[in-house]
Amino acid sequence: MKFIYQTWWKVLTVLVILYTLFAGLLLGVPRLPIMHETIRNVYFHVPMWMAMFTVFTISVVYSIKYLISGKPEHDLVAVECANTGVFFFVVGLVTGMMWAKYTWGEYWSNDPKQNSAAIAFLLYCAYLVLRNSIDEEQKRAKISAVYNIFAFPVMVVLIMILPRMTDSLHPGNGGNPAFGKLDLDNRMRVVLYPAFIAWCFMGVWIASIRYRISLIEYKKNAID
Amino acid sequence: MQLINMKKLALILVLLISFIPVFAQPGADVEMADTLRSNGRIYVVVATIAIVFIGLAIYLFMIDRRLKKLENDK
Repeated sequence: MKFIYQTWWKVLTVLVILYTLFAGLLLGVPRLPIMHETIRNVYFHVPMWMAMFTVFTISVVYSIKYLISGKPEHDLVAVECANTGVFFFVVGLVTGMMWAKYTWGEYWSNDPKQNSAAIAFLLYCAYLVLRNSIDEEQKRAKISAVYNIFAFPVMVVLIMILPRMTDSLHPGNGGNPAFGKLDLDNRMRVVLYPAFIAWCFMGVWIASIRYRISLIEYKKNAID
Repeated sequence: MQLINMKKLALILVLLISFIPVFAQPGADVEMADTLRSNGRIYVVVATIAIVFIGLAIYLFMIDRRLKKLENDK
């Protein structure tokens, strides 16, 4: 846990994201019909989901840890990571809708990927609602930890697996080729992969700030 | 014998060359922001985005520092 109090990786994260802003907008990209310059959205839309997956994974790990240890700090990590994940979820969904408007024609075309992402979003909203509906502290922590452990795999299946088993407009699904062999060349990889890593750490940073605030709140309430 | 070989070679060459425009086709007529970047104006946009992001990053660092002070008070 000492890691979240250190500064070096935060500076590094900011610098790498700055690099992807410059490189992502100025370096060359493949010329593709329909996509045109919007292919650059890959650098900014997909990392939102990577950040979301990272913080949700940390959240579920700490939910399991809470059930084993019963330490209230672990529950705080789980909930603040989930809160941060929901934020990146919304940003990812909205940027995806924006991109869809200019490539698929509609903001929301009831595409399997969009629909199941919306369902997964509600799944995590339910987690936060569930927490707020229980007053007793230990009960709340325990029930929401169990719920979180069940919600996480369902979310992964909804976003990553189910849309790939049907036809979807989203790359990487159904009969559609992914951004991979054909569309993604090495010029893009030097920007995309650093962006993935940096935005994951950005998510961890924001979640850690939220956690530290709620830890102070928790201690203050314990003293009162 | 040699004449036939030459003919074959020529045919292969012609076929090979005929591929070039086919290869050049995808993407060549896709509209990109080429002129925008050659004009250099895109740098203005990149700079704006960079300023916004740097501002947000500094803001995050400041929150981080304030938190550290609060934590040390305890």
